[in-house]
Amino acid sequence: MMKLEPAMLKKMVHAVITTRPDELTCDECFGEIDRFVEMELAGKNAAEAMPLVEDHLQRCHDCHEEFEALLAVLKALHAEE
Amino acid sequence: MPKRTNQEWLAELKSPEHNQAGLSAHNQALVDLRALLVRGLGYAVANRYHVPEADLEDFAQEALLKILDGLDTFRGESLFTTWANKIAINVAFSELRRLRWKDVSLQDLVAPYEDSGDFTPEVLTDSSPSPEQRMNQRMMIEKVQEIINEELTDRQRTAMIAVMMEGMPIREVARRMGSNRNALYKLLHDARSHLKARMQLEGISPQKVLAAFE
Ligand SMILES: [Zn+2]
Repeated sequence: MMKLEPAMLKKMVHAVITTRPDELTCDECFGEIDRFVEMELAGKNAAEAMPLVEDHLQRCHDCHEEFEALLAVLKALHAEE
Repeated sequence: MPKRTNQEWLAELKSPEHNQAGLSAHNQALVDLRALLVRGLGYAVANRYHVPEADLEDFAQEALLKILDGLDTFRGESLFTTWANKIAINVAFSELRRLRWKDVSLQDLVAPYEDSGDFTPEVLTDSSPSPEQRMNQRMMIEKVQEIINEELTDRQRTAMIAVMMEGMPIREVARRMGSNRNALYKLLHDARSHLKARMQLEGISPQKVLAAFE
């Protein structure tokens, strides 16, 4: 038996209803993330150009964390130059 | 550090030509890339993890080996340095997550969700405006719990609690389940797909479930 708090239930239902058949796995997302970050840095709409990457980043905490880190790294290295 | 094109990085990092110029270009590229990765990792962990400089250098070294090993998989769709940095971040964060979660067992994480007995979340008695809505919420919770219990395997339930409710990194859950990151993502995706299909089958509008908790 699994017990849920309402807040947890809400979070889970949201994740369930937004499930789509064509989601990327973490490895697939990882394969695209460098291109995604560079688009973002170039001021282009990466989320629109690569919706499946955006979708994965919205649901996967780990990949999102690495995405934000990569973005921060590129910005900082760029500022050094 | 000199600016290099992607082609120059690849040429210099691949097995060097056996002459003095080739060797020294190769060595210089290794030195430059390692230094770049260490600098990048410093920015990557800032505000996230507390990491001694020596560890950053270890991560960079490990990443460097991985990068050299995988040069053929670089598709040239980004700058080489962007690609290299993403690998370094993945290497470092994977290890940092492993350390952060090393004393946590899946059993401990899941136990609170397996409690038996009456289920009366406090939120229901506190914030619900009307008895009618309270009733509605209770019914929704019971229904969704029933679906979860019927549709998911133990493995799926455990993974879902660990990742979704408790925020355990997917790779850490996978490690404890004798699986890998990709397979575990698929397992979670399957679980969500099953729940979604069953909700549709039962005519439970997700909007209604969510609205019950507005
Ligand atoms: Zn992911």
